[in-house]
Amino acid sequence: MGNKQTIFTDEQLDAYQDCTFFTRKEILRLHGRYHELAPHLVPMDYTNDPDVKLPLALIVNMPELKENPFRSRIVESFSEDGEGNLSFNDFVDMFSVLSETAPRELKAIYAFKIYDFNTDNFLCKEDLEKTLNKLTREELTPEEVVLVCEKSIEEADLDGDSKLSFADFENMITRAPDFISTFHIRI
Amino acid sequence: MARSVNFDFSSHHMEVALESPVDEEVVHDSFSQLIEEQSQSVGLEMEDLSDEGRDHLAYLPAPAQGGRESDPLIEERWSSATLRVLSCSRGAIISQYYNRTLQLRRRKQTRPAIRDFSRSAPSIRGYGMESDDVSEEESKRERLVNNLQNLSLSDRVHMLRAMPLSVAEKNELRKRAYNFKEGQPRSSGQIPCCSRLKYYVIIALRQSWYSCLSSLHSLKLWQVALKRVGGRFGTGVLSYFLFLKTLLLFNVFLLLVNLLFLVIPQAVAPPEPQGPAVPFTGLELLTGGGSFTDTLMFYGHYSNQTITSGCRPAHNATGLSGQTDCGPHLSYNTPLAYFFTIGVSFFITCIILVYSMSKSFGKSFHINKSQGYLAVKLKEMLSEVSRREQRLARLGWAQRLARLAVHALAWLMCLGGTVGSALAVFYCSEYLHQDLEKRALSPDHKPLEREASSLALPVVVSSINLLLPGLFNAAGWMEEYESPSVRTYVAIFRNLLLKMSVLARLGLQCWESFVGQELYRFLLMDLIFTVLDTLFGEFLWKLFSQKALKRNRKPVFDIARNVLELIYGQTLAWLGVLFSPLLPAVQIVKLLLLFYMKKGSVMLNCQAPRRPWRASQMSTVFITLLCFPSFLGAAVSLTYTMWTIRPSQACGPFRGLSTMFQSAKQSVQELERANPRLAWLSWVHAYLLENPLFLFIAAGVFLMFTYFHTQVVDGQRKVISLLQEQIENEGEDKKFLITRLQTIHEQRRSFSPKQRTHTANEESSF
Repeated sequence: MGNKQTIFTDEQLDAYQDCTFFTRKEILRLHGRYHELAPHLVPMDYTNDPDVKLPLALIVNMPELKENPFRSRIVESFSEDGEGNLSFNDFVDMFSVLSETAPRELKAIYAFKIYDFNTDNFLCKEDLEKTLNKLTREELTPEEVVLVCEKSIEEADLDGDSKLSFADFENMITRAPDFISTFHIRI
Repeated sequence: MARSVNFDFSSHHMEVALESPVDEEVVHDSFSQLIEEQSQSVGLEMEDLSDEGRDHLAYLPAPAQGGRESDPLIEERWSSATLRVLSCSRGAIISQYYNRTLQLRRRKQTRPAIRDFSRSAPSIRGYGMESDDVSEEESKRERLVNNLQNLSLSDRVHMLRAMPLSVAEKNELRKRAYNFKEGQPRSSGQIPCCSRLKYYVIIALRQSWYSCLSSLHSLKLWQVALKRVGGRFGTGVLSYFLFLKTLLLFNVFLLLVNLLFLVIPQAVAPPEPQGPAVPFTGLELLTGGGSFTDTLMFYGHYSNQTITSGCRPAHNATGLSGQTDCGPHLSYNTPLAYFFTIGVSFFITCIILVYSMSKSFGKSFHINKSQGYLAVKLKEMLSEVSRREQRLARLGWAQRLARLAVHALAWLMCLGGTVGSALAVFYCSEYLHQDLEKRALSPDHKPLEREASSLALPVVVSSINLLLPGLFNAAGWMEEYESPSVRTYVAIFRNLLLKMSVLARLGLQCWESFVGQELYRFLLMDLIFTVLDTLFGEFLWKLFSQKALKRNRKPVFDIARNVLELIYGQTLAWLGVLFSPLLPAVQIVKLLLLFYMKKGSVMLNCQAPRRPWRASQMSTVFITLLCFPSFLGAAVSLTYTMWTIRPSQACGPFRGLSTMFQSAKQSVQELERANPRLAWLSWVHAYLLENPLFLFIAAGVFLMFTYFHTQVVDGQRKVISLLQEQIENEGEDKKFLITRLQTIHEQRRSFSPKQRTHTANEESSF
């Protein structure tokens, strides 16, 4: 393949190809998208691994994420510091997991992280309530929200600690056949 | 690590499922080890202060939510031992992927695996605290890298991609895995050209497949409209529209098949007209008679000749047909084509129906995409649940008896109405036929009047179909059913009885083209009455109730009735397809009109049902209703027609034969004569297709397969519930063991403050 690009070295592109679900072309395109978010911050030359992170506010304004009610949580789960500042690696990681080729287990792990608002590795009632409110955009009354969350935990909680661990969550996901087809963002 | 319980039998998933028993043993091992460790150290406690040094107490962030009951598990201070047990994130991920690569290696190679590493495989996703033991993680990473190196290239890439680590860490692992083996990370120039080509081909195929899928998604018919209706009115009303779409697809399929195999060949080689040309008057669109009779629309037009392409074979004076030099001799046997097209399309429709029925039985729980829709669906579920809970109050037996009496009365009314209308149709049709015959014999032909009078019967039937469900609704309103679902099912059943009896009365008294015309008329009348019903029933009723009755509520969309209308129409179409190959086209036009009309009417005139109810099983019921009474009835009558009834002598592709089926027989015999090697075909034909025993055996085998399939699905469900119970029990076990660990540690720690205060006192004295 013609090596006309100077953004990444060949080894870097190969590494990205092996570690994510993207091809070389897609990685270059992703870099283009990353660059246009902040042209003065993001260098065009990534051969020496510059340490550049874009803040949350820039990333959630991307058209692919703008309409998503979970955009802040998604970006936070993929950032290293938990605040939503994404380096290019994190950026690629995010879209790789959310791509259509990612397997269900991987998506389930990150879905769990995204819905876990207080990052305690459990989906407690408050997490579920926040999730539901974001999903239904406040169309349900608070009593209904509480009722739904209680019922969900009742149904899915298998070890009886009144919150959902990852095992419970994944079990619930296997019963929802279109999880994989809806849990993706195309870029 | 959680194990997803899925039962597709690819080897990869079996492997993942198999990990389960192995890991469980390991968990118990590590627990028992730790407990022993701890209890031993309690014994040596008094003398061994060095334990304290190793004991890194760590603090959990205090739970932000108040009001949680105190639970020994939610302690604020954890021992490192417990932390080791509870730790997750990177350490656990690395160990878990170490296990997986190990399994992969064991599968790929035959040499014994390295078993002496202690595999800590904590299954509880704990409290987000990393293990303090960095060196242990390092060694685990080394082992993982070692395993990765020994995998094949594609496996390595596959494993790397599936790991839930960040890209930077994966990069690390990859570099180390490659470094050891090949001295430097592989660069693209060094891949041999063949595998590179294969790689690009695979990538290109994958990309094109995804772009295909995405374009298919965007082409989905009526997607926006369906979402809007579903979001505003709930899944019940939506299921009606989805059912409409399904029917449309069935008809499109039928139409395409008919077009391809019947209409086009016949259109290409039109037979001679059978009578004087009849001028086109507007009434034909309604009645299907007149100038439409001798067209491609109806059975009578199709010839019973074998169409040959190219030049006709020239006949000499001696009667021999000589072959002219016109190129390849293609012949198209119209009767055979007619017979097989209809037969095979029905067979395929049957298979599709059964498949979609079994698929919809399997679906239990789905979450839908758009958020407005989700809110409505949740409301539905909530109201059903809350109502079920309210029914806990039991009624006394006297009240129960009263309820039964009311039910019985309602059923009596409905059955009486059904029987009455069936009789009415019967007598009406008798009278009309006599009238028709009289008119035909009478000297003054008024063709227009004759055509118009043939409309009378369909009008009667359609008006009965319109009025009687109103009676059923009134009866249903009188009784109180527990949930709207039950009420709908009962209403559907009653309506069904009515429709079946009415249809049965018509019978096949007249003959092929005439039957086709009758069915065409029925279909059309159905459409007209539905339009009228929509206008009057919904639009005017809304105006009336808002202006005159000053009610704020708009009328509610009656799902049961509308679905039955659809099924009725589809039954007519299926009955008629043998006699009018283009009838699916009429049905398609009708369904399209119906969709837009109903959608407009629902949006304008109706409101969401006051008590929302769940309709996820509704589509199953609709498809089942479509399959069993409707399709089966049509198929049975079709088979009866083809096998036993004598086709009319003067028209159609089967003229001159004793049954339609005979055409197939004849053609097979001809084939045998032409080509003696195919004698086995006629043997097959004689012994299998003609023998009804074979059909029974085939039906029996089919039923057996269905039964087997349902048993398998049932068994899988049972296994799933058993495994869920097992998971629950595991959770209990783990809770118990952890509390035990904690108590032991507490005992240990209760000694140490005494020691600490002792030393502090010593220090303070200085």
